[in-house]
Amino acid sequence: MCRLFAVTSEEPVSPMMAVRALDVMREGHDGSGVGLFLSDLGGPFEDLKGAPILSGIFSNEGLKRLDQYMMNLGFMTKYKMSIKVPKNPPPGVPRRDIYLIRAYEYPENWEGLSQGEIDQRLMMTRIQLRSMGEEKGDMIVYSFWPDVIMLKELGDPLTVAEYLRLDREELKARVIMAQGRQNTNYAINLYACHPFFIQGIATMTNGENTAFVPIREFLATRGFPGYIGYQSDSEVFTHILHFTLNRLGLSIEAYKHIITPLQDDDLEKHPDSPLLKQLKHSCRRLIIDGPNCVMGTLPDKTLFMVQDRKKLRPGVVGGRPGLYAMSSEMCGLDAAIPNRDKTRDFQPMHLDTAVIRPDRSEVTLCSQAEPLPLLH
Amino acid sequence: MLSSGTITPSTLSVKDLLWQIHWDRDRCTLCGRCTAVCPVQAIELGVHRKRTVQVPSLGDPGPAASSSSVYQVYHGIRQKTDPAYACVGCATCSLVCPNDCIMPYRSDEADKLRFHINRGGQPRYRGGRRNVPDSAAGGVLDRIKFIRISMLTDPALDAGRHEFELRTLLGRILPPEENLRIYREQGWIPPVREIYPLIIGSMSFGALSPNMWEGLQMGVAYLNEELGMPVRMCTGEGGCPPRLLKSRFLKYVILQIASGYFGWDEIIHSLPHMKEDPCAIEIKYGQGAKPGDGGLLMWYKVNKLIAAIRGVPAGVSLPSPPTHQTKYSIEEAVAKMIQSMYMAWGFRVPVYPKISGTSTALAVLNNLTRNPYAAGLSIDGEDGGTGAAYNVSMDHMGHPIASNLRDCYLNLVRLGKQNEIPLFAGGGIGKNGKLAANAAALIMLGASGIQTGKYMMQAAAGCVGSESDRCNICNIGLCPKGITSQDPRLYRRLDPEKVAERVVDVFLSFDTELKKIVAPLGRSTSLPIGMSDALGINDRDAAERLQIQYVV
Repeated sequence: MCRLFAVTSEEPVSPMMAVRALDVMREGHDGSGVGLFLSDLGGPFEDLKGAPILSGIFSNEGLKRLDQYMMNLGFMTKYKMSIKVPKNPPPGVPRRDIYLIRAYEYPENWEGLSQGEIDQRLMMTRIQLRSMGEEKGDMIVYSFWPDVIMLKELGDPLTVAEYLRLDREELKARVIMAQGRQNTNYAINLYACHPFFIQGIATMTNGENTAFVPIREFLATRGFPGYIGYQSDSEVFTHILHFTLNRLGLSIEAYKHIITPLQDDDLEKHPDSPLLKQLKHSCRRLIIDGPNCVMGTLPDKTLFMVQDRKKLRPGVVGGRPGLYAMSSEMCGLDAAIPNRDKTRDFQPMHLDTAVIRPDRSEVTLCSQAEPLPLLH
Repeated sequence: MLSSGTITPSTLSVKDLLWQIHWDRDRCTLCGRCTAVCPVQAIELGVHRKRTVQVPSLGDPGPAASSSSVYQVYHGIRQKTDPAYACVGCATCSLVCPNDCIMPYRSDEADKLRFHINRGGQPRYRGGRRNVPDSAAGGVLDRIKFIRISMLTDPALDAGRHEFELRTLLGRILPPEENLRIYREQGWIPPVREIYPLIIGSMSFGALSPNMWEGLQMGVAYLNEELGMPVRMCTGEGGCPPRLLKSRFLKYVILQIASGYFGWDEIIHSLPHMKEDPCAIEIKYGQGAKPGDGGLLMWYKVNKLIAAIRGVPAGVSLPSPPTHQTKYSIEEAVAKMIQSMYMAWGFRVPVYPKISGTSTALAVLNNLTRNPYAAGLSIDGEDGGTGAAYNVSMDHMGHPIASNLRDCYLNLVRLGKQNEIPLFAGGGIGKNGKLAANAAALIMLGASGIQTGKYMMQAAAGCVGSESDRCNICNIGLCPKGITSQDPRLYRRLDPEKVAERVVDVFLSFDTELKKIVAPLGRSTSLPIGMSDALGINDRDAAERLQIQYVV
């Protein structure tokens, strides 16, 4: 089963903190891979907040094709971080030419575009690069978005992190999500590795998504070009969240009502029952059937955790104002933030969404039985 | 047959019949119950003359001139061989025989009777289902296995103790974005019913006896009101008794309108008196058992009560036209009819068409996707049953449900409307007794719900019909169990209370079995509609056709 760890901190922290937490939880993962999502970046990227950052793995030929493609679009490299690796990777880690993290300047002709249009174009650029890479096997692209860095690789998380020297200053971030283990339910494929990302939204999940096929079919037929991939059954959680926020214009509090709607009796009693019934009906194909624990980050750097209706997966939130973490296992949280009031730790149950807002002052709990924030 | 008798082309011997009555003279008490009860008068009192040879014993000094032949008369039964009186194999004679001395047996070879059931130029018509004697081997639905068992990567669930929400939706569901927009603008959102995924399919008041109908309705009411299972039942084309129309139980009823419009006078007149809206309106365009043919209630069954409810004279056959006569194109048929029906109930009741399985189902479906009022599509496969139809229609017309349903579902997926128009499948579900397995297979192939009729008749009332041409006399109102008869002497055999109890038994056991299927697949929060990754079949062609896994 995947091990998940997410942290949000006032002071930028090194991704090694998250990787070490994964290592503590290693009993439960098979060390077959690691995925990292970094946002609210510190280091040199802090000054480049608006500039889209491309993260991925490239071969030398792929890099040439990337440069050509980006140049044609009018993107200028603003800052690049090179991860130089020793000639021989450790056992279980493939040899790669380039781990690329590069910030770009927007093309001149994008000036004056609406934010929505820019968001759309950034996503389309990532998708285009991904499909070019799939054609020739020379590029893997994880994200192309301002203030977001992603890194995924096969191998034991700690070994990979040391090999890539992730303790460097440039990679410090205030929001970090980390997942240990490659997807073993399907073929080993870096695109199957959590966290998944779309337009500022990232989630990672443990557990199996038994309703995967109907959900995938539903998302894939929404006519939205970003709903692709699905090398892992967990990618749908990211896209459902995107659908909830961006297509339905709802807030994170509604996410749980989409993926695990209340049962009919509880629904009747809910103050927003008419709206929730409509959501339950029209989003019926997005109901997950678990067992899953989902952690994620929103575009505004809010961190959240939800459980499925069955609550068969562990998950704990804890910390102190200014530093909170979410972990799939208690020992991961203990390793990351030992000095915290453990009596304030919270394990979300089947109705809860635990949310840590960008001010990092507290863990907000929102129960599905409570009224929803007003619709705008 | 006397040597001086005449042999006509249709002179048959018992051997030529499909069903042959075996009768045991030694055990018969000559009580006469079998001949009295036989619905088709296939047996009659037989007076048989018999010679026994009595050889005098050697020491007997009796008169040598007397004959050794002794003629005796004995009584028993005789099976008629006239095709009009051929035994139908219902075995009601065995049911009533106190000594188990009589039983119909199926002929060991293909009968000759089949060549002669068209006297007067009238082809055979009957009730029942498609005759497919090899069906015990199992159709496609029976052979589908559920292969995606939750093992270690996720826990299987406890079917007995976990919470399940196995409900489905009947009604047009809008795309989420549009749904929210209209909700915010307080516009009209199509009505949607949350119902149990197993629906009692359309069997009319008229096709069924009053006792059977009442039993089904009572069972449905009990399931809803006492057990909290939102089970629904469709009326079929025969109207609805006015007391039910004006009762609160109407909400458990799907009213059907078909091409004969039988019973709709009564329904329209009851509109102002209705306390509740019906669950939905089903517009019948076709029936799986006799696709392209209209409904038929033969004159035998049109008594005063039926005639009153249907608004017709008694004692005449009631053939509905094959199509709705006022319509000439699908656009009109669907749009006008659906909208008029919506209007009758103030746009509060879902309206959906029912068609028979056909290769043109996709065209119908595509049309419905463009009609914002269509609340679903019900497809009735070739194995559906009927109260009366031509034998040729039943045996040879129609489309199997599995691939028809699957094609429609995949088409909806291509259009991205898989959640918007629920598909309901019927026709031979559970015909070999595997109701839950068949239903689950169809749900995972893409059906939102299942309609079943024959299974209810068999399980809830003891119908003896089978795919091997047993009984099948629903059309002439002589049902030996009283299920499809309108003769009080016959239908009083059926106790409505007992039917209701059996209906409840069927739904409760179905529910447990359905959970026993979905729980190991890790599903409990929602009905696994379209979860085709869970399905496998040991037939490569079927797997390819249905786009499920081939497993051996």
